[in-house]
Amino acid sequence: MSSLRVKTWIVAAVVVLANVLGNSCLSWGMKQRGPRLIAFLDYVAALFTPWVVLGISLLLLWLAARMALLSWADLSFVAPVTAVGYALAAVAGRFLLGEHVSPQRWAGALLIAAGTALVGSTSIRTTAGGDP
Amino acid sequence: MRWLFVAVIVAATTLSDALLTRRMKAHGEIRDFRLGPLGRALAAVARSWHLPAAIALLAVSFFAFITLLSMADLSFAVPATAATFVVETLVARLALGEHVSARRWMGTALVTCGVILIAL
Repeated sequence: MSSLRVKTWIVAAVVVLANVLGNSCLSWGMKQRGPRLIAFLDYVAALFTPWVVLGISLLLLWLAARMALLSWADLSFVAPVTAVGYALAAVAGRFLLGEHVSPQRWAGALLIAAGTALVGSTSIRTTAGGDP
Repeated sequence: MRWLFVAVIVAATTLSDALLTRRMKAHGEIRDFRLGPLGRALAAVARSWHLPAAIALLAVSFFAFITLLSMADLSFAVPATAATFVVETLVARLALGEHVSARRWMGTALVTCGVILIAL
């Protein structure tokens, strides 16, 4: 396995974990605030609750790692590969937030994992490099 | 109502990612992951309208997303917005000039089927 592929998998793992954990923190934080957000001030107030702050911090890490990844990898590689996070979200929803996940959703999560593996086996970059 | 938010999230995310990809490719491969050099690289990237525009679109997507989370479960909201992957692959092919091989399309199709199964 080339060093570029190793680097790609490491940064992709950071992207996926930061996203799943960040979204879980946000979901948990928003649920504690009640069912509806309408006014703009409600958004602002919500931004300062601890779980939401942690969630936003993790999503900033997600953004930086994703920008680094896109500096060498195709968008059509990065998007499906990091989609494995959507399968992990079902797992996180079930085990961290106690949400019900039906067998159908589990099957969907499996398909996503298979698709991610397939795209992950393609070339990382197909456009001409602007690298030094 | 929840699907309206899903549509806004998909459109804003795709445009944001296309801008981000174009900007990062123009910058070139990031090789130094120490905090200082990484911060300087990201600061250099920020000196173009692409990055503020991408982040503004991401913010639109983000606020639509937390609103969606306040009316639906995480295990609905996250998989439903994954329709983004098909749209992004099309945009990557048509606007960014990436070569999307048969195997990559198949993988993306599997991801999409998984998303539909999850969202139904």
